[in-house]
Amino acid sequence: MYELNKNADRDWIKQRIMAAGLCILIVFVLLFLRLVFLQLIKGEEYRRLSETNCVRLKSIKQSRGLIYDRNKKLLVDNRPSFDLVMVLEDAVSVPDTVSFLSSLIHEPYADLMDNIQKAGNTAFYKPVTLKKDISRDQLAIVEAHKFDLPGIHIEIEPTRYYIYPKMASHLLGYLGEVNREELQTEKYPHVKSGDNIGRYGVEKSFEPFLQGRRGGRQVEVDVNGRVVKVLKTVPPVSGNDLHLTLDFSLQQMAEDLLKDQEGAVVAIDPANGDILVMASSPSFDQNDFIGGISNEKWRFLMDHPGHPMTNKAIQAEYPPASTYKMVTAIAALEEKSIDRHSTTFCPGYYVFGNRRYHCWSKYGHGKLTVEAAITQSCDVFFYQAGEKVGVDALAQYANGCGLGRATGVALAHERAGLIPTAAWKRSRFQESWQAGETLSISIGQGFNLVTPLQMAVFTAALANGGTLYRPRIVKSIEDSSGNVIKKIEPEITGGIPAGKNTLELVKKGLLDVVQGDRGTARGIRIKGIEMAGKTGTAQVFSRKTGEKFDNKKLARTLQDHAWFVCYAPAQNPVIAISVIIEHGEHGSTAAAPVAGALVKKYLGFSELENKTEPAGEG
Amino acid sequence: MFDRRLIENFDWGFLAVILLIGSCGLVILYSAVSAGWQGTGLHYLFEKQMIWMGAGLVVMMGILVIDFRELDKLHLLIYALCVGLLVSIYFFGQSGGGSRRWLSLGVVNIQPSELMKISLIISLASLYATTVSPEGLNFKNLLKPAVICIIPVALIINQPDLGTGLLLLLIAGSVTLFVKVEKKVIFTLGGLLICIVPLAWMIGLKEYQKARILTFLDPDRDPLGTGYHIIQSKIAIGSGMITGKGFLQGTQNALSFLPEQHTDFILSVLAEEWGLAGCTVLLVLYFFLLLWGLNIAYNCRNMFGSILAFGITAMIFWQIFINIGMVMGLMPVVGVPLPLVSYGGSSVITNMVGFGILLNISMRNFSKA
Repeated sequence: MYELNKNADRDWIKQRIMAAGLCILIVFVLLFLRLVFLQLIKGEEYRRLSETNCVRLKSIKQSRGLIYDRNKKLLVDNRPSFDLVMVLEDAVSVPDTVSFLSSLIHEPYADLMDNIQKAGNTAFYKPVTLKKDISRDQLAIVEAHKFDLPGIHIEIEPTRYYIYPKMASHLLGYLGEVNREELQTEKYPHVKSGDNIGRYGVEKSFEPFLQGRRGGRQVEVDVNGRVVKVLKTVPPVSGNDLHLTLDFSLQQMAEDLLKDQEGAVVAIDPANGDILVMASSPSFDQNDFIGGISNEKWRFLMDHPGHPMTNKAIQAEYPPASTYKMVTAIAALEEKSIDRHSTTFCPGYYVFGNRRYHCWSKYGHGKLTVEAAITQSCDVFFYQAGEKVGVDALAQYANGCGLGRATGVALAHERAGLIPTAAWKRSRFQESWQAGETLSISIGQGFNLVTPLQMAVFTAALANGGTLYRPRIVKSIEDSSGNVIKKIEPEITGGIPAGKNTLELVKKGLLDVVQGDRGTARGIRIKGIEMAGKTGTAQVFSRKTGEKFDNKKLARTLQDHAWFVCYAPAQNPVIAISVIIEHGEHGSTAAAPVAGALVKKYLGFSELENKTEPAGEG
Repeated sequence: MFDRRLIENFDWGFLAVILLIGSCGLVILYSAVSAGWQGTGLHYLFEKQMIWMGAGLVVMMGILVIDFRELDKLHLLIYALCVGLLVSIYFFGQSGGGSRRWLSLGVVNIQPSELMKISLIISLASLYATTVSPEGLNFKNLLKPAVICIIPVALIINQPDLGTGLLLLLIAGSVTLFVKVEKKVIFTLGGLLICIVPLAWMIGLKEYQKARILTFLDPDRDPLGTGYHIIQSKIAIGSGMITGKGFLQGTQNALSFLPEQHTDFILSVLAEEWGLAGCTVLLVLYFFLLLWGLNIAYNCRNMFGSILAFGITAMIFWQIFINIGMVMGLMPVVGVPLPLVSYGGSSVITNMVGFGILLNISMRNFSKA
């Protein structure tokens, strides 16, 4: 049916074909004219440009975003780094130039040549970095011999600079060169080989914001590779600045107090979960990572027995010890296993099955209510309370208090800790839960593991009436001209599963730990500031009940870890702190004074603030 | 069954033009893969391309056996098959360069979007052959073709392969205009487009999407990326001047200033080494090829065959125009290969299938049904 057989149709199709042919002709004439324009009219010019290969791209590196503390104190900056680069094509003889250069700046010839080898063969006309961050002296020599060094250039690039070396290193993190696999993923679309990316801490977590974007220039260069004309420029875009919740002066104090010890300190604002302090000791110098850390330095850090590369605030898990008794108390009160008036008699031990479970006080605490048991940290009271609640219910309350799960802080490698249940033990060890183990976990020993950050969040929640916040590190992200790009609001992640009365009771017990005459941390009392806290002594190495050990004679690495958690002022808390000192033996003597000093400093500081702003609530 | 007239009618001239262009292509590709201050390590691509060309010729000959009118009957089946392949990319596709375009068939990877070009032309020819009228097509006539067009275009642009998607639209548009559309339809659609585009620009697009489109239209906005490539390409072409620098003497190519020197930017290699003279020869050969294609369309006494032949000619034309225009800085930078010259198996096979169909139509136009 679609046969066209009439003459009219032949004409019709002929007309269509002719029109199409005409279009093709026009387009081909157009293409031809363009060829004539490029090859005849502009041919000479392009021939010249091609002979010197002189239209090149020069990259302009952007500045990475800066990092400030909560009081707008600058913590992480950029400084100029002078990099020695070489354009191989411009060098008359690559080995001659490099060997002359090597004699001038006293750098091994082999190292410099190595970098050229590494760049591969695609980079013939692209600058190859010979040496990053040369010294001022080397710079002066190279500049003076500029004309004897064809193809050698100095590039000035912004480089990361940590103003306070070793301070808050774990929180701020460090940078490292991007590797090939990472470049192949589409995670870093604007990152090129040789660029640094955040490897740890907030540098890593907030990489997309801090990064910024490289710019560049299209330039025309002369035979010696010097720029004669800038053809086009794309300005670099600086990274965005981070404003942390960190109080740097408090952080510095915490790090000083931790000096020569192993441990961690976390301080949180109970009102919103802001991290005021996150210190981990021993620390490391982030500036060592700039331009690649040397092998010896890396080996030293990795082999160090104190694990300086671990952020102990979030990556180290410790038995919570007596700081866990708040959880047991809450569980027992809420489950109605005990009430505020029920008492237990502590003779210094508790017989369960055919074993004696000892209290830390071998003479016993006598007759105690829950409040007094917290204050005096009586083990016997909590053995019995925990036994009544049972392991699984206890675990439920611990989870409700934010333990056994990651807090969700914006830092990589956070550990979740461990809150055991009967089911967990079955699947982990193929063994059923022993009732005696419930006694151990009731006082925070046994399988229980927590991180210092989890304890700080829990303590902050006790302080603020039960609200668990996601710990916040970055308050806001601003671009380089100060416009707010992103505000990070406080985020509630849960609530302590306890009624008001229960919380008040527990808090009263905690208050007496410091303020009461029989409190375990009464030694750190500060005049004028009421503080509430809880000490803990975590056994590193399990000893048989009843066995006697003289701690002083034990090897240091087998000595107990010292815990202290607290908040202040007790009535209207503005800071919650958790401190762990590894092998510090006693919470009251090793950990509590650190917290006490921080509270004193922080509150002294806020008092001054309050005086200037009397509008605050009375 | 076998008709001796088929041999008598075989279009030797057209085959000669194809072989000539193909040979030029191999010479240029040889330059592109073997130059370099220490070799580009791409030499194996030349051998692969020879194999593709050979395979393409076999496929082309194979197509001659079937009467092209069979395609008219089978067009829906072919179309469904190609769309099926496009969809299956989402499940089994291989990624490369940020998009999923390839299907792996063991030894070879195929690009279903390439086969879709041919399939779409067949389907459109089949539809238009029944609806064509001297007055032109009306809205109702255009409904089915529009649907048939939009499905593969959307799938391909989503891969994302903007270049091939737009190419498909251009081919479909050319075929549609060829069979004639009513004036009022053209005006209405044109008017609608003029209204919708600015509206979509203002409301529908995000800032970064606008930036991407603007860069696409004007590479100078991205002086460190495509803009730089275009400059290097222009330098390479211009530096060839009238007679070129000579076989294997190109320097722009040698220093790997150019991206994709063996695929999309291969014309700059020709222009640098063979100059205006070499380029003119290739342009003339292409021009012949296209006119020959139109001639086949004209001589075919079967409406389906005419439209089909025209569609395939249009497909070749747009690839040539877009590729050469792009390399010379006249067109946006899209990944469209130069027929028979650029390296790439899918492209070679697709074009050979196209030529096979043209030859097929050409040798059967004696048979008046």
